[in-house]
Amino acid sequence: MSRRRPRDGGVPAPLLVPALLAVAFLVLPLAGLVVRAPWSELGPQLTRPGVGEALRLSLVSATLATLVSLLLGVPLAWVLARSQVRGRSVLRALVTVPLVLPPVVGGVALFLVLGRQGVIGRWLFETTGFSLPFTTAAVVVAETFVAMPFLVISVEGALRAADARFEDAAATLGADRWTTFRRVTLPLVAPGIAAGAVLCWARALGEFVATITFAGNFPGTTQTMPLAVYLALQRDPDAAIVLSLVLLAVSLATLLLLRGRWLGRGATA
Amino acid sequence: MSLVARVVVQRGSLAVDVELSVGDGEVLAVLGPNGAGKSTVLRVLAGLLAPDGGQVVLDGDQVWDSADRHVPAHQRSLGMVFQDHLLFPHLSVTENVAFGLRTRGVRRPAARAAAGRWLDRVGLAGVGERRPGELSGGQAQRAALARALVGDPRVLLLDEPLSALDARTRLTVRAELRRHLADYAGSAVLVTHDPIDAMALADRVLVVEDGRVVQSGPPDEVARRPRTDYVARLVGLVLLPGTGAGRQVALDGGGVVAVAEEVGGPVFVAVRPESVSLYLDRPAGSPRNVWPLTLGAATPHGSVVRCDLTGEVPLTADVTATAFAELGLAPGAAVWASVKASEVAVYAR
Repeated sequence: MSRRRPRDGGVPAPLLVPALLAVAFLVLPLAGLVVRAPWSELGPQLTRPGVGEALRLSLVSATLATLVSLLLGVPLAWVLARSQVRGRSVLRALVTVPLVLPPVVGGVALFLVLGRQGVIGRWLFETTGFSLPFTTAAVVVAETFVAMPFLVISVEGALRAADARFEDAAATLGADRWTTFRRVTLPLVAPGIAAGAVLCWARALGEFVATITFAGNFPGTTQTMPLAVYLALQRDPDAAIVLSLVLLAVSLATLLLLRGRWLGRGATA
Repeated sequence: MSLVARVVVQRGSLAVDVELSVGDGEVLAVLGPNGAGKSTVLRVLAGLLAPDGGQVVLDGDQVWDSADRHVPAHQRSLGMVFQDHLLFPHLSVTENVAFGLRTRGVRRPAARAAAGRWLDRVGLAGVGERRPGELSGGQAQRAALARALVGDPRVLLLDEPLSALDARTRLTVRAELRRHLADYAGSAVLVTHDPIDAMALADRVLVVEDGRVVQSGPPDEVARRPRTDYVARLVGLVLLPGTGAGRQVALDGGGVVAVAEEVGGPVFVAVRPESVSLYLDRPAGSPRNVWPLTLGAATPHGSVVRCDLTGEVPLTADVTATAFAELGLAPGAAVWASVKASEVAVYAR
């Protein structure tokens, strides 16, 4: 044991230097944001019209997108991890496409399918008179499209890591697959689901390109915080910094809050 | 008979084909080395694995046959105990035990009350509100037994229920398991690689090697008259196949063993290691079974040293540590081994 200790403690220079550079690269911009913030103007900037609206819209739509992702994504993850469905690897590849797809392509694709002239959108408009693009619902759809794969991938990983023999035990105790899923599998992978939901929520909160492509940029209905930040940067950089700070604070607060309750346990379990 | 089955499974290079039947109140031990297909058989009986052929009849119901009948695990009346208990970590001990009743539609208070009674029976009164992670290994396995038995299943399947426990706990849990199995009215199948479990708990033993049944019978019969090297080693015997003629057996591997009774035809000779005596010089007098052999490995085994001997008649001898030291033995040493004819068991192959 004692012979290994020096090796455990020391970090070789070829690893240490790039690692420090990476830390600097990741942390410095955020530090710069804090340093450059016009702290004296913080109050007035935050109470400007539109800021609260954009923040509220961002939080609501990201949360809704996460809920939709949970409702649809957890079952999908189960199918990928547990079922014997043929073509599962193809399915998994398809599901992960939005992870690597440029979001603008996602936005265009959504528009082509769900827009008023789209395959599904036209039918929707003709039967109900409802047009999806440029509504708050469209924001949720765009965010879900981009963020759900994060949830699916992490829940599938959690399911694969969970001991499937617990499900065998449940079956011998008279539980069918649905009961087993509800009462055994779901609680076992809850930390993984929570981690996936946080990832999904954060991705949805920051979603910009697919949203502006598919939902547009209308204050009050589709202008989320990232859109507001981008627009502010062109007119009033100080406002952009303040809005960025707000987003940063919200993200960090969520991460810290959930880390204590869920992620920490999930990481050690 | 509440459990009758023939299980045919092809798993990679292992072809399993095992027939078994267990009566009410009977405990059948399936004994075999790791990878012999024992657990595969149990998983098929439980409905967790679809076999490639055969049939499973549980309490008169055909729950699986080669045609199209496949009753899934959760619809079979059975309880199963797993090697590492598999208590659900997110439920309390009481909720774990009540689980099988809840899935079968028993209301929560009634299920919890029944679970409480079973926890009392297995000696776990007062730990019901704990999580499985807070139990010792022995307690967890007792809770797992209560969980399997709470629904009063017709068949109880035990998959290496004691092998995850430390030696001392295993002793007490084994004794308790023996008591519960004696009270149990249904059919029990115990899969184990430990002959002591099989001997202590089972009414009948089925020895499975490479997916086939190589021997079956009451435990003492299997222990006294092993038919394969594996069983012989398990019960601490050296097994020598040969052909009997008069009071002598000509071994298949060469050499002759004198026995106490008249024998003929193909037979097994079984020698207990403690009946083998070792000498540095040819022993005086005229014992009929004396062979010059070479000491192979010598390993401490409790209070004795187990000596593997090679030569004309491959034997194993248990000598006391004192005797071993006095003889000054080391691997490679030439020794004389003798066994009294009356100490040699011989039975038909």
